[in-house]
Amino acid sequence: MVSPFTRCAAASSPRCSDLSYFLELVGSGLTRGSIYALIALGYTMVYGIIQLINFAHGEIYMLGAFIALIVAGALTIYGFSGWAILLLAGLVAAIYAAAYGYTVERIAYRPLRQAPRLSPLISAIGMSLFLQNYVMLAQTPDFLPFPALIPEFALLEPVAHIIGSAEVVILLTSTLLMCGLSVLIRSTRIGKAMRATQQDMAMARLLGIDVDRVISFTFVVGSVLAAIGGVLVGSYLGQINFAIGFTAGIKAFTAAVLGGIGNIPGAVLGGLVLGLSEALAAGFVSSAYEDVFAFGVLILILILRSSGLLGWAVWQKV
Amino acid sequence: MICGAKNWLVLGAFVVLALLPVTAVAEQSPIVIGVAGAHSGDLAPYGTPTKEAVEMLAAELNGKGGLLGRPVKLLVLDDQCKPEIAANVATNMVSQGAQAVIGHICSGASKAALGIYKEAKMVVISPSATNPPLTRSGLYPNFFRTIAPDDKQGQLAAAFVTGKLGARKIAILHDKGDYGKGFADFSRDAIAAGGKAQVILFEGITPGAMDYSAVIQKVRHAGADALIYGGYHPEASKLVAQMKKKRIDLPFIGPDGVMGGGFLAIAGANAEGVYATGPLDVSNYPLNQQVRAAYRQKYGREPGTFFDQGVAAWQGLVGAIQAAGSTDYAAVTRALQSHPVDTSIGRIKFDAHGDAEGVGFAVYQVRGGKFTEVQ
Repeated sequence: MVSPFTRCAAASSPRCSDLSYFLELVGSGLTRGSIYALIALGYTMVYGIIQLINFAHGEIYMLGAFIALIVAGALTIYGFSGWAILLLAGLVAAIYAAAYGYTVERIAYRPLRQAPRLSPLISAIGMSLFLQNYVMLAQTPDFLPFPALIPEFALLEPVAHIIGSAEVVILLTSTLLMCGLSVLIRSTRIGKAMRATQQDMAMARLLGIDVDRVISFTFVVGSVLAAIGGVLVGSYLGQINFAIGFTAGIKAFTAAVLGGIGNIPGAVLGGLVLGLSEALAAGFVSSAYEDVFAFGVLILILILRSSGLLGWAVWQKV
Repeated sequence: MICGAKNWLVLGAFVVLALLPVTAVAEQSPIVIGVAGAHSGDLAPYGTPTKEAVEMLAAELNGKGGLLGRPVKLLVLDDQCKPEIAANVATNMVSQGAQAVIGHICSGASKAALGIYKEAKMVVISPSATNPPLTRSGLYPNFFRTIAPDDKQGQLAAAFVTGKLGARKIAILHDKGDYGKGFADFSRDAIAAGGKAQVILFEGITPGAMDYSAVIQKVRHAGADALIYGGYHPEASKLVAQMKKKRIDLPFIGPDGVMGGGFLAIAGANAEGVYATGPLDVSNYPLNQQVRAAYRQKYGREPGTFFDQGVAAWQGLVGAIQAAGSTDYAAVTRALQSHPVDTSIGRIKFDAHGDAEGVGFAVYQVRGGKFTEVQ
């Protein structure tokens, strides 16, 4: 993380000498890193429990953003204030997304529970394509403006050129959700059932755990996370369309793999590492090649630690 | 056996089958004209106005007895501005018997499709594909356009930034596409040739990426006093919004891919003050006002981007077919180059490369939520 800066300082290159420039880039990196982390959480949780890469996750994120946009539009007409709109729109989006997540699991994944591992993966890709095209036809192929629901904090004005209020909110939300999820999985009854399902589905069923219900619950939680991501990221970027789930999904998936797929803190760490490496590459090398650097970091880390940064810690399949 | 009733029946059937289509063709086989471009996907706002214009004008033409006494049938195919889909669309156009094509909308898609049309000897008139080599390279003698090529736009943007805005250190970003990078390259070359200012940053960004704040910080760090962007409106609106977020106040100039309702809608308040080069204002031509009024009456809204060029492409093609008296490729090509036609962007004919003579660009600025020409 710090190495590009120290290297630049040692070489006393005039382009890199500016500490504030470095901080600005770190700010950018944290911003996009926390966006990736927010979406990666849902990905990694679903994978952790049922070892399925849910390619439709990015689309649930997109649906969440669309629903929030519709609700926010309606609430603005009724004269609600910024925070109230954000919370209510987020709530409705989360409920809708949960319903979508539940339905997707019922339709596309549950019938394939006993099928070879590749089948649900293909089914997930199909679901992703279906949802994208459904929104394109039902809503619009155009980009839509998304209102800035996160208000500007006066407190942050002195550092606004480095990190703004929307970025801080996204970063805090990712961290809070990460902690919440860890607690949920580690210390609650349903969390215990989730871990049991992950370890051995047949045995868990023998011990009286309703595995289907546990998996449905996992998808519902994952979808809620995606919807929260959709609302916050939409509000930060100010525009959404039917295809935003694709890019977000790819990057979040990369972040999840980077951090160790199935590992909750790993998703956040992976997101931040990915975001920071992209921002620093854009700043010090060329933004045309930021993806090259991002995936280069991924390859490097996978060579050194084949299960990702934190991959060994929690969710190793027995 | 040879003269059996069954054989006569079969022979009779063949004769009837063979005669039917011939008489139908002689009576009124339609002239099929293709309309290709982005009608869905995120670049649909650039393609749909042309599609709607052509549909409206073709219906009007058919109402007046058609073209050369034959009805006109449109074959509307969507390429989403994607080169791989555009090549498919071109193959479909050829196999479904289109005689000429209005389109494609994007330069990259046009490039992918033009070879196929050239093989099939079909005239293609684009309202919006501005990549210069499409005409200048001489590779596509079947290609014409009713919009000025990008180098004109890049030169104008460079002259405006270094002249009127007085910028001396200029940052240029582009989306790495044929259109965006083309505009960026021409701006850079024109600035270098002008000698008044220097380009201190020239860089590509990834279209569709979630966040551009890192490259924006780089623009600030480089000490630029103006930013030229080559690309389309989704990225441009993200860039201006994130510049405002990072408290960077720089003049922002984009090409005509930025100029339009899509940009104004998405960028909202952040659009204010943004410059864009765009086609010359042609709203004073009577023919233009007439078509626009008809559009407003039919669709109940203002026409979108490249509408005028789309109308002109159609009028140019119809005029050339009428002048040529047929849809023969060589005759129509000759007519396009020699026979001036009154269109909604003025009286035009095409030069030897396929560029329309007498069309050009002006600089616009967003003022009060509208693009207004900068005098």
